[in-house]
Amino acid sequence: MTLTPLTMTTPTETTIEIVRRFNAPKAHVWRAHTDPDLVKRWLTGPPGHRMPECEIDLRVGGKYRYVWEWADGRMVASGVFREIEPETQLLLTEVFDVFPDNETLVEQRFAERNGQTTVTMSLHYDSKATRDGVLQSPMEEGLEASYQNLDATLAEVP
Amino acid sequence: MPSLDHIFHALSDPTRRAILTRLMEGEATVDELCKPFNVSQPSISRHLKVLEEAGMISARIAGTARPRRIEPAAFGAIADWLGRYRAVWEDNYMRLDGLLDDLKDKDGKQ
Repeated sequence: MTLTPLTMTTPTETTIEIVRRFNAPKAHVWRAHTDPDLVKRWLTGPPGHRMPECEIDLRVGGKYRYVWEWADGRMVASGVFREIEPETQLLLTEVFDVFPDNETLVEQRFAERNGQTTVTMSLHYDSKATRDGVLQSPMEEGLEASYQNLDATLAEVP
Repeated sequence: MPSLDHIFHALSDPTRRAILTRLMEGEATVDELCKPFNVSQPSISRHLKVLEEAGMISARIAGTARPRRIEPAAFGAIADWLGRYRAVWEDNYMRLDGLLDDLKDKDGKQ
């Protein structure tokens, strides 16, 4: 059952933010994002794609690797976990083999309220922010604004 | 054909983002762009080259000057890409809904 549609915004020119609520507790949503056997089942991408390989070394400095395959192609995403706050937040780098020079910083936050969990995923395409591991102030403002949106969204939950 | 990779690289620099914001108001020459940004002319020219390679701006010849302007097509490419990206995540999250239901069922039975 889809409770809310996904919302996608661009809080800054180089940030994409996706917010989606799930009818499940935070512990389950966290497992679905961090247990390779579970990730393989849903993070398969566009129709016709599958994820034959998924490796996740869930510790700060640990690596992960996702492999997608489709009829006439294959793509690999990999990166390193920068911050891990169990069931609350993940900060990781992401590089696709097709764009080896572009590292993205991905932030995933998990917030539970009344048995439902909201996942907020921010993708920072700013290469400088990625390199320094520091988010620039306009991004912080953008994130702050979105947290306020998240508060408002969560407040709507009966 | 500029790739989205070029576009994101072009957008990754604050000076280039400021140049784009300025060009949104209308075309400008290199000299006109140097003043507000307090950056040297060669530096501005390098930034303009990156933006041109990404297909985000273009130049026209006006006497000895080459005023730059915004290329709306590049911004359309971003919008298209965002639309496809959104669709992929909608698919992913629909499957995640199903998986989470399975996890709940399993816990309930334990």
